[in-house]
Amino acid sequence: MAAWIDMVFILVVVIDLFTLASSRLNAAIRAVALQGALLSVLPLLLASWEHEIGHVLLLSLGALAIKAIFIPWLMFRAIREAAIRREVEPIIGFVPSMILGGVGVALAFAFSRGLPLPSPERHAFLVPTALATVWTGLLLVVSRKKAVNQVLGFLMLENGVFVFGLLLAEFMPVMVEAGVLLDLFAAVFVMGIVMFHINREFSSLDTEKLTALKD
Amino acid sequence: MIPIVILIPLVLGGMAFAWPENRNRPVFLLVGAAAHAAGMAGLWLREEPPLLDGFLFLDAAGKVTLTATSALFLACAVYAQGYLRRRDDRDNRVFVGGLLVLLSALTMVGVAQHLGLLWVAIELTTLATAPLIYFNRNARSLEAAWKYLLVCSLGIALALLGTFFLALAGAAPGGPRSLLVGDLVRAGPALSKPWVRAAFVFLLVGYGTKMGLAPLHSWKPDAYGEAPGLLGALLSGGVTSFAFLALARVYQVCRAAGEDAFARDALVGLGLLSMALAAVFMVGQRDFKRMLAYSSVEHMGILAVGLGLGGSAVPGAFFHSLNNGLSKGVLFLAAGNIHRSFGSKVTDDVRGAARRLPVSGPLFLAGFLAVTGTPPFSPFFSEFVILNGALGTGRYWVGGLFLLFMAAIFIGMGTTILKVVQGDDAGTPSRPGFGDSWLTAAPPLVLMLVVLALGLWLPRSLADLFQSAAHLVAGS
Repeated sequence: MAAWIDMVFILVVVIDLFTLASSRLNAAIRAVALQGALLSVLPLLLASWEHEIGHVLLLSLGALAIKAIFIPWLMFRAIREAAIRREVEPIIGFVPSMILGGVGVALAFAFSRGLPLPSPERHAFLVPTALATVWTGLLLVVSRKKAVNQVLGFLMLENGVFVFGLLLAEFMPVMVEAGVLLDLFAAVFVMGIVMFHINREFSSLDTEKLTALKD
Repeated sequence: MIPIVILIPLVLGGMAFAWPENRNRPVFLLVGAAAHAAGMAGLWLREEPPLLDGFLFLDAAGKVTLTATSALFLACAVYAQGYLRRRDDRDNRVFVGGLLVLLSALTMVGVAQHLGLLWVAIELTTLATAPLIYFNRNARSLEAAWKYLLVCSLGIALALLGTFFLALAGAAPGGPRSLLVGDLVRAGPALSKPWVRAAFVFLLVGYGTKMGLAPLHSWKPDAYGEAPGLLGALLSGGVTSFAFLALARVYQVCRAAGEDAFARDALVGLGLLSMALAAVFMVGQRDFKRMLAYSSVEHMGILAVGLGLGGSAVPGAFFHSLNNGLSKGVLFLAAGNIHRSFGSKVTDDVRGAARRLPVSGPLFLAGFLAVTGTPPFSPFFSEFVILNGALGTGRYWVGGLFLLFMAAIFIGMGTTILKVVQGDDAGTPSRPGFGDSWLTAAPPLVLMLVVLALGLWLPRSLADLFQSAAHLVAGS
């Protein structure tokens, strides 16, 4: 069991780095969807007997439905309507952002050593994975110009927060579920309203065109 | 009473969404605001015990913020009657409904004693306001709405991570395993210190983004510049004050855990940085609505400095959050009237506002004098208390910088304001039918009179409330 859990965490981090390196939006969306699917397995793997099974299932199925299926589906629709395929000129290049991502992973491991856990043996990789994913998400948001990629970065950040939340699933499950629910809200707003309007107004999803407002 | 003041605006908001007619839909706003103000009056008269296992309770800190916002919202609701009638060409369904949902969410932030519930309510305020920034349905307001959503969502996600950290700080065997502020404060030193410290950093960044502290303020000038003046008033006088309240609750936990020295330095540092940055961007600002946004950055900085200084400065910070809320209402509503009447918000096109708008023009000037700390208006007294808190504890550098930035902002802001208010309006763009009317000019006038009255005479009950809020949050 422990080996499986470690495997999932490692895959999540690999997907972080893969997304940073991919210029094709299709591939990036698929990667984030896959990451969501992996995360939805984690509540089941990490559950102990003290858990209420209802909460575990809710968390797992909720994450699967929202993170792995619904939001990626919306994003595929958005890029089809806007007819865009690639991030051509990111603000930070693909190789430098990969390197920054790698540095982030290393720092996440170093940083999480200083933080004491209630049951360290069960969650060896959990905190570093969460922090690395949060870092990757932030990096994606600030380093890309396409609105789709920025939303992907935000989703990845939420994925990192979700991983961290699993530490708390035992004693405050409702809190963690609320986090997932609001992730849905934010995504619907960001994509449903703003993205389609941006496409109509600017006939592109390039946030680089959003530069009328500045000092 | 507490569930009622949360639910009434929410229900009315739902009804406003369903209401078919554009013309009389704004009445829902008035009903919601009046009911909320009446409910708040009831809560002043009679204290209520904690509800729902202590999740909801109106303490002194929440009461300060909620009272200010209830008054501000009432003024804005009256203003909206005139404003939305003039803009009958736009569908106001989302605008009216969204404002009422915002009022409900803000009330929830004010009474939430559970940090998770607090987070959910703050997130709701973001979701309720983002579509409203896009009210004008043009490319610029869309850009502003996009930036607002993206930046605030990032902030709110980091705040959730910080909240999780705080939960984990109390997760060790024997810990509180709860996110109720009361439980965490009682557990105090038993909380895991590294987690509390990490939590404060993330929560400061998260809620600091919502407050618009520099360098996390990038959404502010765009959102305030493009949103209708009415929404600007509620964002800068209401939503940001509640983000400050959230930060104050987090600080309360940090202090109980014995991590307050670190938290206070961070607050003073970010506060002074915000004031400095506001001073820099205020100079030569041609867009007077964006200028107000930088003024909001400045005042959030003042609040952070006040909380960070601790001691006798903290009651001043709570007093200032009330003053800032009311005087931002004056400024944004007056600015909205000027913007409507001239059809422009840059100083190249706008001058002689005092001549064309005999109420809003002078109010814009008076609001500026009030907000920059000119006696006898009330912000002078709250800013003075905070400054005194710095000098009285021997922090001369903080006090000196505070004064320096205030002076720079007075000059920078004054230049722009005088350009707008003074002079002859001949030759400026004009839109007939958008002059001062009762409904659009009276609300900022009343707010201005309240700011003046609070400066001349502060009721004993309010002064006591600031003291007890400060005692609750900072033990001073």
